[in-house]
Amino acid sequence: MASTPLLQVRNLTTQFGSGAGAFTAVNDITFDVNAGETVAIVGESGSGKSVTALSILRLVPTPPGHIVAGEVVFEGIDLLKLSDAEMRAVRGNRIAMIFQEPMTSLNPSLTIGLQIAEPVNLHKGMPWNMAYKKAKELLERVRMPDAQGRLNTNPHQFSGGMRQRIMIAMALACEPKLIIADEPTTALDVTVQAQILELLKELTHETGAALILITHDLGVVARYADRVCVMYGGKIVETADACDLYERPMHPYTRGLMASIPRLDQPAGVRLVPIIGQPPNLAQLPPGCAFNPRCSEAAERCRRDTPNLMKAGDGHSHACWMVPHG
Amino acid sequence: MIGGYVARRILALIPTLFFASLIVFFTIRLIPGSVIDLMLSQNDGSASGLPRAQLEAALGLDQPIYIQYFRWLGSLLLHGNLGNSLWTGTPVMDEVVHRLPVTFELGAMALVISLSIGVPIGVYTALRQNTIGDYIFRTVSILALAIPGFWIGTLVAVLPALWWGWSPPISYVSLLQDPVAHLVQLLIPALILAMASSALIMRLTRTMMLEVLRQDYIRTAYAKGLPVRTIMARHALRNALIPVITLIGLLAPLLFGGTIIMEQIFAIPGMGLLLLEAVGNRDYPMITGVFLITGIAVIIINLLVDLSYGWFDPKVRTR
Ligand SMILES: Nc1ncnc2c1ncn2[C@@H]1O[C@H](COP(=O)(O)OP(=O)(O)OP(=O)(O)O)[C@@H](O)[C@H]1O
Ligand code: SF4
Ligand SMILES: [Mg+2]
Repeated sequence: MASTPLLQVRNLTTQFGSGAGAFTAVNDITFDVNAGETVAIVGESGSGKSVTALSILRLVPTPPGHIVAGEVVFEGIDLLKLSDAEMRAVRGNRIAMIFQEPMTSLNPSLTIGLQIAEPVNLHKGMPWNMAYKKAKELLERVRMPDAQGRLNTNPHQFSGGMRQRIMIAMALACEPKLIIADEPTTALDVTVQAQILELLKELTHETGAALILITHDLGVVARYADRVCVMYGGKIVETADACDLYERPMHPYTRGLMASIPRLDQPAGVRLVPIIGQPPNLAQLPPGCAFNPRCSEAAERCRRDTPNLMKAGDGHSHACWMVPHG
Repeated sequence: MIGGYVARRILALIPTLFFASLIVFFTIRLIPGSVIDLMLSQNDGSASGLPRAQLEAALGLDQPIYIQYFRWLGSLLLHGNLGNSLWTGTPVMDEVVHRLPVTFELGAMALVISLSIGVPIGVYTALRQNTIGDYIFRTVSILALAIPGFWIGTLVAVLPALWWGWSPPISYVSLLQDPVAHLVQLLIPALILAMASSALIMRLTRTMMLEVLRQDYIRTAYAKGLPVRTIMARHALRNALIPVITLIGLLAPLLFGGTIIMEQIFAIPGMGLLLLEAVGNRDYPMITGVFLITGIAVIIINLLVDLSYGWFDPKVRTR
């Protein structure tokens, strides 16, 4: 693509703790998000997906966390260099975030009208009565029945799916250029999951917002993402266009993930092949490739040198010694 | 809906108050030395010269105690009459109504002071958890809880007099006489009363703020770009204060207990002083009346506290 990407994450590294107990949750990751596209980040629990998202918005709880290196260039500006006030002007305005837990992510003692109107009032300087009107429109956009009547109700009256709609309305409030959705449907029923993802896809499409979709469900990736980053042990181990990744998964970890999703073309009853072994302990990563204790293809070199992302084709990179590059 | 709730709550009070009056009525007569003994031992009193039996009959104390109780209850229910002082003959109700405002004022002042000290410091220490400031305030709060109010009260009343020949005003100035002097007079006892309760409020606010600040919705508020000040005021404090409101209800009787002592030390003619005098004189109707009215006041405060949950915690409102 000719134009510069909307978001360029460069060598981002985030650590937790200090001294002997310190560990690196996000380790030297680099990826781009173009305007309007959906980039999925996938990986097992603890692979650093949420910390990546929080690091982009500088919301990592400090202490114990610190962003120790890298750049997060958004619309040409390195967010890590902004003052606190400048950063606040980005949050909820240019970049919005949707969290995993719809049941606890809304304030129980404030009306949903206030909570949706809040960023509009804050960033657009709209007086409250206008901001509430906007909140009503936003609720209609996420297909909340009786939007006007719901403005003055509190979150506890809503189901998880409805609350996630409210979160989406809140995220869309200031027409952000980028939305980060951290496992937005993990806590929901399967049927509701699809509705929420469809809604998110439709609305980001309408508004032209880019989306970083964090998930550990490769099925979701196939349907909704343009590009994919696969994370393992705090690193991106493979990145490619979504279709490409499905057709030609290269990294042994990605191939393991692929093998573990149920496929429609698979005869019923065929056993899934989960990746054997435990997710790595970040405080004690093995030398060399972090995946080597679980990798069936591991060789001598894998236990000695750490592989970095290397190009293996058009827009396709992976970090594995044993799979050919180029 | 809210009216029905209040009505139900008030109805539920009736048995509580009934039992409370019963207990007070009977137990105060167990205090050694009856009012008759006291009166007979004082030769200059109004009752002097009358033989014991006549005195008892005149005061209605010759009847069996349960008859006395039902008489008292009857006149309370039928005429709203709490009886008359055994010594002066003035209606208990008049005396109590006359004294209640000062005590209420003292208690309310102490409460306002406790809240305006306890809540901001509680928030501050939560935001600065484990810093020097947090540590100092927490230590001071333990001290404030441990030092008895009457001790400080006595020191404040006595030491300045010894050192500088100054002492807190002893003659009581009413609000109507001189509002400023009146408030200044109440300020010192109110501050001393507020010592322990502000420490309690501070510690509870701190604990609850720390709890609330860990919640997901606070992270959501940060992700919206709100400044810390707004997040505290709008998103955190309200949720953190719900248990503090409960604490206010529990503090009400505690503060009343405190006012009795402060009124004594600083010569403030409130309910506390009235009660102490009445107990000293074994003025049974007066004691019962003070307890009953105090009980009602405490219960009303707790009712108000419960109602205010609706504002703080919407989950309660829809229930
Ligand atoms: N506030 C924190 N304090 C200490 N460690 C943390 C904190 N947040 C995350 N971590 C650690 O960072 C690592 C990465 O966590 P992260 O939440 O990014 O994983 P994830 O990929 O989002 O997993 P999941 O799928 O479970 O959400 C984990 O080892 C986690 O324990
Ligand atoms: S580098 Fe070696 S251990 Fe790591 S994934 Fe490739 S083959 Fe496996
Ligand atoms: Mg996560």
